[in-house]
Amino acid sequence: MQTAIMIVANYPLYIRSVPTQGELKFHYTVHTSLDVVEEKISGVGKALADQRELYLGLLYPTEDYKVYGYMTNSKVKFVIVVDSSNTSLRDNEIRSMFRKLHNSFTDVMCNPFYNPGDPIQSKAFDSIVSTMMVQAF
Amino acid sequence: MEPHEEKPIIYTMENKPIVTCAGDQNLFTALYGSLTQQLPREPMEWRRSYGRAPKMIYLEANFVQFKEELLPKEGNKALLTFPFLHIYWTDCCDTEVYKASVKEDMQRWQAALRLHGSVDWLIAVVESDNKKKNKTNILPRTSIVDKIRNDFCNKQSDRCVSLCDPLKESSRSQESWSSFLTKLRTLLLMSFTRNLGRFEDDMRTLREKRTEPGWSFCDYFMVQEELAFVFEMLQQFEEALVQYDELDALFTQYVLNFGAGDGANWLGSFCQPVRSWNGLLLRRPIDMEKRDLIQRGEASLLDLRSYLFSRQCTLLIFLQRPWEVTARALELLHNCVQELRLLEVCFSPPVFQTCLGRFWAVFGACFRYLGLPRVWGVLGVFRTSLGHISDKSGVFLGCSPYKKLKEALSSVEAFEKHYLVSVRSLGDPQSAENFLLDSLKSYVSESWSLPLTHTRKQIAECQKQLQKMDEYLQTSALLASDTNLSEEERRHFCQEILTFASQTAEGKGQQKDARVALSMSSVTRLQELCFRPSSALVHVSAALLLELRLCSLMPVPVTLEHISASIHFTEEQPGSTAQKRAAQNPDGTVTFPAASPASASALELCEMLEHSPSDNTLSSAGLACRNMHLLMRRNDSATSLDTPNTALTALALEDGAQMLRASDVTLSPGNNSIVFTAPPGVYTLRQLCATLGRVQLVLPHLYPVVQYEVYSQEPQLSIQPLTVSHLVCVVVSEHLLAGLPQQVKFTILTGHYSVKKGDALQLSNTDSMPVLHSSTRSARILSSSAELVAESALSIQSSEKVTSISLPVTPPYHTLEFLLDVLCHIPSCPARMESERLTNGQISHRTRSRTRFNSGMTLIDQKVSVDCPWSIYSTLVSLTFHVPFKVKHSLLSVGRRKFIQVCLQNVSDTNFRLTNQTLTENQHTPSLELLSLNTTTHSLVFRQQCVFSVWELRWSGVSPVSLHCEFSASFAPADAPDAALKPYRYHFTLERVSIRPAEGEQDCRTGALCRLEVSLTRLSEPSDSDEEYSDTDGLRTTRLLYEVIDNNSNWAVCGKSSGVVSMPVAAMATHKVHMEVMPLFAGHLPFPSIRLFKYLPHHASPVIPPDTDSCLENDSLSLDDQAETASLRSRGSVQSLGSGESAQPRGPMPKRQAFGPGQVFNGTQGQQVLVLPAADHHLMEVNVT
Repeated sequence: MQTAIMIVANYPLYIRSVPTQGELKFHYTVHTSLDVVEEKISGVGKALADQRELYLGLLYPTEDYKVYGYMTNSKVKFVIVVDSSNTSLRDNEIRSMFRKLHNSFTDVMCNPFYNPGDPIQSKAFDSIVSTMMVQAF
Repeated sequence: MEPHEEKPIIYTMENKPIVTCAGDQNLFTALYGSLTQQLPREPMEWRRSYGRAPKMIYLEANFVQFKEELLPKEGNKALLTFPFLHIYWTDCCDTEVYKASVKEDMQRWQAALRLHGSVDWLIAVVESDNKKKNKTNILPRTSIVDKIRNDFCNKQSDRCVSLCDPLKESSRSQESWSSFLTKLRTLLLMSFTRNLGRFEDDMRTLREKRTEPGWSFCDYFMVQEELAFVFEMLQQFEEALVQYDELDALFTQYVLNFGAGDGANWLGSFCQPVRSWNGLLLRRPIDMEKRDLIQRGEASLLDLRSYLFSRQCTLLIFLQRPWEVTARALELLHNCVQELRLLEVCFSPPVFQTCLGRFWAVFGACFRYLGLPRVWGVLGVFRTSLGHISDKSGVFLGCSPYKKLKEALSSVEAFEKHYLVSVRSLGDPQSAENFLLDSLKSYVSESWSLPLTHTRKQIAECQKQLQKMDEYLQTSALLASDTNLSEEERRHFCQEILTFASQTAEGKGQQKDARVALSMSSVTRLQELCFRPSSALVHVSAALLLELRLCSLMPVPVTLEHISASIHFTEEQPGSTAQKRAAQNPDGTVTFPAASPASASALELCEMLEHSPSDNTLSSAGLACRNMHLLMRRNDSATSLDTPNTALTALALEDGAQMLRASDVTLSPGNNSIVFTAPPGVYTLRQLCATLGRVQLVLPHLYPVVQYEVYSQEPQLSIQPLTVSHLVCVVVSEHLLAGLPQQVKFTILTGHYSVKKGDALQLSNTDSMPVLHSSTRSARILSSSAELVAESALSIQSSEKVTSISLPVTPPYHTLEFLLDVLCHIPSCPARMESERLTNGQISHRTRSRTRFNSGMTLIDQKVSVDCPWSIYSTLVSLTFHVPFKVKHSLLSVGRRKFIQVCLQNVSDTNFRLTNQTLTENQHTPSLELLSLNTTTHSLVFRQQCVFSVWELRWSGVSPVSLHCEFSASFAPADAPDAALKPYRYHFTLERVSIRPAEGEQDCRTGALCRLEVSLTRLSEPSDSDEEYSDTDGLRTTRLLYEVIDNNSNWAVCGKSSGVVSMPVAAMATHKVHMEVMPLFAGHLPFPSIRLFKYLPHHASPVIPPDTDSCLENDSLSLDDQAETASLRSRGSVQSLGSGESAQPRGPMPKRQAFGPGQVFNGTQGQQVLVLPAADHHLMEVNVT
C-alpha cells in the first residue's frame, strides 16, 4: 500500500513515502496538489468560511491515490497521499493525523537550531512520521 | 404496454403530471383554458415524508380525457405516465337526470378507479344559474351536490366540489374558482405524496434486493431514474439530482466491491472491451440512445458513466450551478479511469486517445463557464491523472500558462495542438521541449528535486532528437551529476559528453567554432582556493602556488586536457589589494559558498561606517546589502545556471586573458585538488575553464573575488642603529649616542638586483660623523626566509671624501647585513652669538647634521649619502644621534663674590664616568681668575642624574662686561677603559647684565623718568606652520605686538605703552624698543610686565585661540591707533578695554593671538629693581622662544 507524507511551503520541506521507488510520482502528485490547495484557500477567502479550520479535506482523487491537504496558518502545506483502495482511513483519522503532524512540525520549528526553510532533518519528526505511517497504513 | 414506446414524446421538458377528466367532456373543454391557466398561479406547500423539508411548489397539470387504459397496470413502475388525479365533471342540476344517467356513469368510473386501486379522484359539479332558471322545478333543499356527496363520498366530503358559474366574472364565481383550485392542488399534492411515497418504498425494496442473484443495476437504474424524472417534472431539480447522485454512488460502490473481489453478475456487461466511445452529449437533456442501451443492459461502462454524467450536468445547469460540472467532470474522469482498471476493461490506445480527445472536448465545454484559476487547478490534476496512462500510450502532456490554455479551450484541435504533444508519434519534440522547460523552471524555483530530474531527463531526450547538441550536453552534464539518478544513468549521460568531446571536429564538418562551452558548475563544485604562502603576496622569485579544490560530481573519472583559470591584471597599488581580499581567511584559503538556492538568496550584509572627513567623527552608520543586485532583480528575467539554455549565453569565454594552466588533470569523483603557479603581478581570478576535447567546462565568474599578488621588489638599503651594542655599552640603548663610537647595521634587501663582484657602497664622509675602522668586518647573507646563506668578509676603503664598502656577491631576493662603527662628534655648544645672555642656546647648522631638542635630549640628525650600485641616485640615509648630556650654567652671587656653577645632566640611559672637568675663560682676561672648588676630578654620572661643578670667579678692578667660558670634561661609559674617554665641551658666555641707571646717575629715583629698554629676541626659528610671515624688503618677518603694563601701580608708563614690531625670521634676531617709565614708589620694585602677542594682519584667517582667558580679543580697536595713544595707562586698562568690547568679530580687522604656554620666556621675571626716591633707569629683557 502506497502512502506519502509531505510538508511543503511552496518548496518541499519534508517528503517521506512508502515504498520509496514510486517517489517521483508522489512528488508530481504533491506538486500538482498545491494548485488545488491554492484554489481551495482562495475559495475559502471568498466564502468567508471558518478561518480556524486548517484541514482542507480531500484535495482530489486520482486514479490511484487520495490526496488530503492541510494548511497551517503560516501557509505551510501538509499533504497526505493515500492509496485509493485504502478504505480503512476515514476523514476523521486523516484529520487527526494532520493534527499530529502539525504538532510535531511545530516542535521542529521551535528548535533553535532549525533554520526555517531548510529541509526538515529532525529525528524526532522522522520517528513520529514513521509511526504514523506504520499505524495508519 | 410500454408507455414510453407508445408515447416517446413523454421524455421532454414539457412533462406535466397527468390528470384525467371523465364525465361531461363538453363542460370540461369549456373550462380547460382557464383551469390550466390558473392552476400554476399560486404555490402550494408540499409536506414531505421522512422528515424531508417542505417545499413550495407550483403545480401544473396535463389534463387528459379519462380512459381506462391510462390507469397503470399492476407492476408498472412508470411514473411519468401515471395519472395522479381523476376528475369527474358534471353540470347536472336535475335530480332526475342525475338519477337516470349521471349516477350510473359515476359509479362505472368509480369502479374502474377502484379496480386499479386509485383513490385520487374528485367530482366537480358545475352550477350554472342559466340551467337553474331553465329548470325551475329543482328542489332547493337538497342540491345535486349533496346527493352526490351522499352517494359517493361517504366519508370524504371534500371529494366533491361545486363550481359556481365558472364562466362568469362575478365575485361568487371567483370565490368558487379559487376554492376549487385550492382543493385541486391539495388533492394533487396528496396524490403525489402518496404515490411517490409508495413508489419510493417499492424502489427501496428493490434496492434491498440487490444482493440477490437476479438483480440488475440497469433495471434499478430505470426505476430510480423514473423518480428523478418526476422530480424534474415537478421542477424539483435538486431532488432529481439526488436520485442520480445516489445511482452514481451505488454504481461506484459496486465497482469498488468488484475490485475488492465482490463481483456481481450484472457487472459483466460493463466489463466488455471498449471499442469506441462516442463522447458526451450535453446538448440534449436526455440521451435516449444511451438510455436505451442501459435499459437493454447492453451499455458499456463508459456509456453508463457518460449518460449519468450528462443527466447530472443537465440538472446542474437547470440549477444554475455550472461550476459543479467541471468538478464532477474531473471526478468522472478519475472514476472512469479507475473503474476501467478495476473492471479490467481492456481497450486499445487509439481508442483511448480518441476518448481522451473527447474528454478534453467535454472540459472545453465546461471550462467556458469558469474562471481560469480553477481551470488551472483542474488541469494540473488532470495532467497527473492522465500522466502515467499517457506514458504507456505515448501521449505526452505538457503544461503552459493560461493564455495557451484559453486558446486551447476554444477548440479541440487547438487543445490537442497545445497539450497533447507526443514525442514519438506526433513528432514535435520542439514544443515538447518548450513545455518541459516551462515546467522545469517552476520545479527549479521550488526545488522539487525528483520531478526536476525526471523533467530534465525528458528534456534531454527532446534535445537529443532535435540535435541541439549544446543544450543536450548541458542537460547531460546536469544529469550526470544528479544524485537522484542511478549510477548507470549518470554514467550514460557522462559518457554522452565524453563521446562528444572525443569526436574530432572534422567529423562534424569544418566548423571552426566546434567547441561547446558548458557550465562547469553543473559537473563540479568549486569548494576552496588555497594560496601558498597564505598571504597570497610573494615576490617574483618565490613560488606562489594556488591550489584549487574542486569536487567533481561526475560518476566517473574525467581526464581533462588542461584546466585553466583566466586572470585579470589589476592595476592597483599593492597595498590596496589587502583590503580587497576580505574573503580570504588568514590561512590563505578562500571558501566558495555552495551553490544552493537557499544560500544564494541569503542577504549578504556588511557594516558601513562613514567618518566625516574633517574631524574623523562618525557621521553615519548602517548596513549595506552586498548582493542586492541578485536579490532585487526581476524574477522572470533571472538567468539561473540550472536552466541550461539561458546559461549558455553567459558562458562567453574571456579571450586573450592571461591564464593559469594545469595540464592533464584527472578529475575523479569527489574532491580533487589542482595546483597552479602564479605569474607576477596583481591579479584577480575571473574564470575557470576546463578543456575536454571539444567540450569546455566554463565557470564564468568566481565569487567572492580572489586576488593575489606576485610583486617585483626594488633593492632597498636601510641603516639602523644596532639595538644591542656589544662593543662598549652594557645598557641596551635604542638610540645612537653622540660622542661615542656606535654600531649601525646596514641591511640591503637585494630585491631583483643581484649584487655582483666589485659592487660597492660609497658613503660620503662628513666631518661630524667619521666612519671608524675596525679589524673584523663580515657581512651576512640571508635568504628571503631569513636563513643564513653565507658569511663573507667585507673590505672597507676610506679616502678623504668617500668611504667605499665592497659588497659580497649576493643573489636576488636576499638580505645582506653588516655592521659599521660610526662616531658622531658632539657639536661644541654654541657661544658665538653676541646676543646670547646667560642662556644655553644651540646653533642650528645648516649642514648635514642638524641639532634638535627633544624632551630633554639633544638630537643630532646625521644624513649619510650612500651611492648604491643599483641606482644612479644617491640614497640619503638619516641617522639620529642623541647627545647624552645636557649642561646648564648659572652665575651665583654672594655679596660681591661670584660663582659659576655648571650642572651636567646625563640624559641618556647609560652611566658615564666623567673626568677632568675644567672651566676656562677664552679671552684670557688678565685680571680674571677661575678658582675650582671641585674636590674630585673623577665622578660617575648615573643615568638621568646630574653632576655639579662650581668655580669662583675672581676679578680685580671693574667687572668684565662679558665672559666667554668653556666647560670641558672627558667622559666615557662607566665600565669602559680610560682610552675610551671622549671630550665633552660646553661653551657659554656670561655677560654682565645689571640694572643700569641713567647716564651719570647711580640709581632710579621715584618720580623721575627712567628709560626702559625692551629687548625681544627670537630664540628659535619658527616651524613653517607656526606663524604668519610677511615679506618686507626681502626679509621674512613676523609681526609681534608688545604691551608694557604694570598691574601693581608701581610704574607709570609714559608715552606709548604698546606697539607692533617686525621680527626677522631667524634665530637670535633681536629687536630693542626703548620707552620711558616712571617709578611711583621707592624700594625694590618688580619690573613692569610685558606681554607679547602674535599680531595677525587682517587678511589672516581668524584663529580661535585655545584659551580665551589668556587671550584678549581686541577687535574693536585698531592696534595701530592704540600704538599712537600717548597716555599714561593705569593698570587693567587693557583688560577693561578688551572685556568691554570683546567677541565682536567685525570683518577684516587685525587680530592678536596669544602665544602658547612656554613659548615666551621672560628674562626679567621676578627680578627687582631698586628705586630710590629719585629718577632711575631700567633695562628690561624679554626673550621669545
